[in-house]
Amino acid sequence: MSWVLDAQGLGKRYGRRWALRDCDLQIPAGHVVGLVGPNGAGKTTLLHLAVGLLAPSAGSIAVLDRAPAADAVQLARVGFVAQDTPTYARLSIADHLHFGAQMNPAWDDALARQRIAALDLDQGQRAGSLSGGQRAQLALTLAVAKRPELLVLDEPVASLDPLARREFLQSLMEFVADGDVSVVLSSHLVADLERVCDYVIVLVDSRLQVAGEVDDLLASHRRLVGPRRDPGSLPSGQEVIEESHTDRQSTMLVRCDGPVLDPAWTVEELSLEDIVLAYMGHADSARRARGRQGLEVLS
Amino acid sequence: MIEFHLDSRSGVSPYLQIVQQVRQALRLDLLREGDQLPTVKEVVGQLAINPNTVLKAYRELEHEGLVSARPGIGTFVTGNLGGQSLAAQGPLRQALQRWFLKARRAGLDDESIEALFRDSFRSAAEEDIA
Amino acid sequence: MIAFSWRQFRTQALIGAAGLVVLGVILLVTGPNLVHVYNSAVAQCRASRGGLGGCVNPVTTDDGKLQTLALALVLIVPVLIGMFWGAPLVARELETGTFRLAWTQSVSRRRWLLVKLGLVGLASAVVGALLSLMVTWWFSPIDKVTANRFSPASFGMHGFVPASYALFAFALGATTGLLFRRTLPAMAVTLAGFIAVRVVVAEWIRPHFMSPVTEAVRLNPNSGWGINQSSGVLSVTANPPDLPNALVVSANLVNKAGRSPSATYLQHACPNLPGPNGPPVVQGAGQGHTAVAPSGQQAFQQCIDTVSAHFHQVVVYQPANRFWAFQAYETLLFVAASAALAGFCVWWVRRRLS
Repeated sequence: MSWVLDAQGLGKRYGRRWALRDCDLQIPAGHVVGLVGPNGAGKTTLLHLAVGLLAPSAGSIAVLDRAPAADAVQLARVGFVAQDTPTYARLSIADHLHFGAQMNPAWDDALARQRIAALDLDQGQRAGSLSGGQRAQLALTLAVAKRPELLVLDEPVASLDPLARREFLQSLMEFVADGDVSVVLSSHLVADLERVCDYVIVLVDSRLQVAGEVDDLLASHRRLVGPRRDPGSLPSGQEVIEESHTDRQSTMLVRCDGPVLDPAWTVEELSLEDIVLAYMGHADSARRARGRQGLEVLS
Repeated sequence: MIEFHLDSRSGVSPYLQIVQQVRQALRLDLLREGDQLPTVKEVVGQLAINPNTVLKAYRELEHEGLVSARPGIGTFVTGNLGGQSLAAQGPLRQALQRWFLKARRAGLDDESIEALFRDSFRSAAEEDIA
Repeated sequence: MIAFSWRQFRTQALIGAAGLVVLGVILLVTGPNLVHVYNSAVAQCRASRGGLGGCVNPVTTDDGKLQTLALALVLIVPVLIGMFWGAPLVARELETGTFRLAWTQSVSRRRWLLVKLGLVGLASAVVGALLSLMVTWWFSPIDKVTANRFSPASFGMHGFVPASYALFAFALGATTGLLFRRTLPAMAVTLAGFIAVRVVVAEWIRPHFMSPVTEAVRLNPNSGWGINQSSGVLSVTANPPDLPNALVVSANLVNKAGRSPSATYLQHACPNLPGPNGPPVVQGAGQGHTAVAPSGQQAFQQCIDTVSAHFHQVVVYQPANRFWAFQAYETLLFVAASAALAGFCVWWVRRRLS
C-alpha cells in the first residue's frame, strides 16, 4: 500500500510556539481526504509542509515517497491551491494559462481551455476583476491541468457563497472521477467535507486527533445513552471520547472495536459532524488538563 | 436518463439514496431495460459527492442484478424488479383507489388518511417479521 | 518561464523605455545647439585673443536647466530602478501570496528567481548604459570646457559606471525585497542603502584604486589663493595647478621640511589683514572670484608673496589618463557586488517561508 503522505513525528515551530506537533499520519492513495479542524489548528501548516513551502522543525514528511518539492519532477506531481486562491490580479486568464503551460511540462492545455470555456469565462478578463468563485475555479484549473498525482487544497471554499461553493466542489469531483488522483482538502466546516470526502483527518490545537476512512469512523463510533455510569467501568474495547452526566443519566460518545452488547445502553449512530465535534471537544479538555498540570507544577 | 438528488437531512447514507432512487425509477417505469444510467462523472458533477459513493451504489445495484457495468461504455439497466414494477400492479392500484374513495366518503381528511395508511402499514410489517 | 517573467515585467519595461525615448528626443534636439555654441565661442576666442586662454565659453551655462535635469537623471535613475524594478521583484509576490502559486508549479524556486533576476537585471544594465551614453554624448562640448569628468561629482555620470550602478541598485532592491518581504520597506532601505554605498565608494574606496601621483609644484602668487580666518586662527590654501580631467586628491602647502604653515607663522607673516569679523577673503582674477576691497588688497598680496617664497605645493592626484582604468575598477566592483547579492538571493530563497 503506498502512502500519498507519510508523516513521522512531524512538527513545525515558530519561535516558541508549535504550529504543529507530534504528527504521525499515513494517508492512503486514491481517496478524497478531508482535513478538518478549527482555525489555527495547524491545517495550513500541515499542507504547506506537504507541498514544500515550509520545512519541518521536527520529524519528517514524505509525499508520494519523496521529500516535498525535492526537485522539478516532484513539484510536477503535486498540485496546490493556496488559501484565498492567489492569482496575478493584473494578468488575464489567458496569461494565467500561458503561465501554467510554461511552468509545467505535463500541462494539459486542452483540459484547461475546456474547463475555462465550461465556466463561461472570458479569457481576456483580468484575474483581479473575477469574483471569488471564479478565481477559485481559475486556481483549480491551474492546479488540475498540470495533471498531478496529488491535489492539495487549503480551505478552497471558505470564502465562497453557497452556489460558488457547490460549483467548485462539483468541478473538483468531476476531476476526481476522471482519473487516478488523490485529493487532500482542508476546511473548518465539516458539512463541506461530508459529501466529498471518504477519508477524514481531525486536527485540533496543533495535534492530530483522529484519522481514518469515513465509513470506518461512522461504523466505529456510537453514542451511548443510559443510567449514570463511571466511564472507567466500560469494557476495554470502548474508548470514551466525550462524556456528559446528569445526576441520573450518562451520555457518552465512544469509539468501539466491536458491537456494544450491554443492554443498559441505548446505542445511536452518529453523523460525521458529531464525531468531529466530539474529537474537537476532547482536544479542548486535553489541552486544559495539560495547562492545569503546568499550573500544578508551578504552584 | 434519470437525475439523482441528495437529501442531506434524511439520515440515509448517500450511496443508499442513489440505490433507492434507481429502484424507485424502475418501479415507476422511468427506467427500462437497456437504459443507461448517468456516468459517475455526470453524477458527481451534479451532486458534488465523492465518486466512490456512486461507484459503491452502482456496484450494489449490479449485485442485486438490476444493472450491469460495461467497462469503457457505461452502466446499463439489465434487470427489473421482478414484477414489482408499479405498471404491473393494475388490480392492486384499483383496489387502493377504491379504498381511498371509501375513506374520503367516511369523512377523513388527507392527513388522517395518510396517518391511517402508515399505521396499518407499520403494524402489518411488524406482524410480517414476527 | 522567460516569456512569463517578461509578461510580468512588461508594463515597467515600457515605462522605462518611454522615459528613455522622451529623454533621447529632448537631448537629440538640443544637442547640436550646444555644439554650435561651443564652436562659435571657440572661434570667437581664437579670433579676439589669438588663443583659448582667458576665454569663458558660454556653453557651460547654455541650456542650464536641461543640464541640471540630465545630470539629476543619471543620478536618480539607478535609484528608481532599484526601488521600482528591484524591490517589488520578489516582495510583491511575497506580499500578495502569489509566491504560493509560483513555487508550487514544476519549476524550482532557484530557477524561478534566476530567470527573474537575469531578465530584469539585464534590462536595468541596458537602461543605465543607454542613459549614460545619451547624456555623455550631449555633454561632450561642456566636458571639453570644464574638463572635470574625473571629479567625484562627474565621475558617476560618465562611461560604464552608470550601468553598473543601475545593476547594483536593482540587485540591492531585489535582495531587500526578499529579506523584508514587503515592497515599501524594501524601497526605503534600497534608497538609503544605495546612497550610502555610492557615497562610501566615491569617498573612501575609489581614491584607493591606484596609488596617486605626488608632485611638488612651485607656488604662483597670481593663481587662486584663499586666506581663511576662523575663531582668530589663520589658514592659507592655494588652488592646485590646472590639471584637466585629473582627480586632485590634495594640494597642501609645505615648506622644505615638509610642514604646512602654522597659525602662529601666518600671524607673523601676514599682518594687517582685515579683522576677525571680516568675510573670508579670496584673491585672484581670471576664475570669476570676488575681488577684495582695495584697502585690504595690499596686505593680502604681501602675505601671499611671503608664503610663496618659503613654501611650495605638494599636489597629490590621479592623472587624467587613469580615468578609464578607474571606470573599469568601479564597474567591476559594482558588478561583483551585484553578482554577490544575486548569489545570496538564490541561496536564501531556498529557505522555507510560510
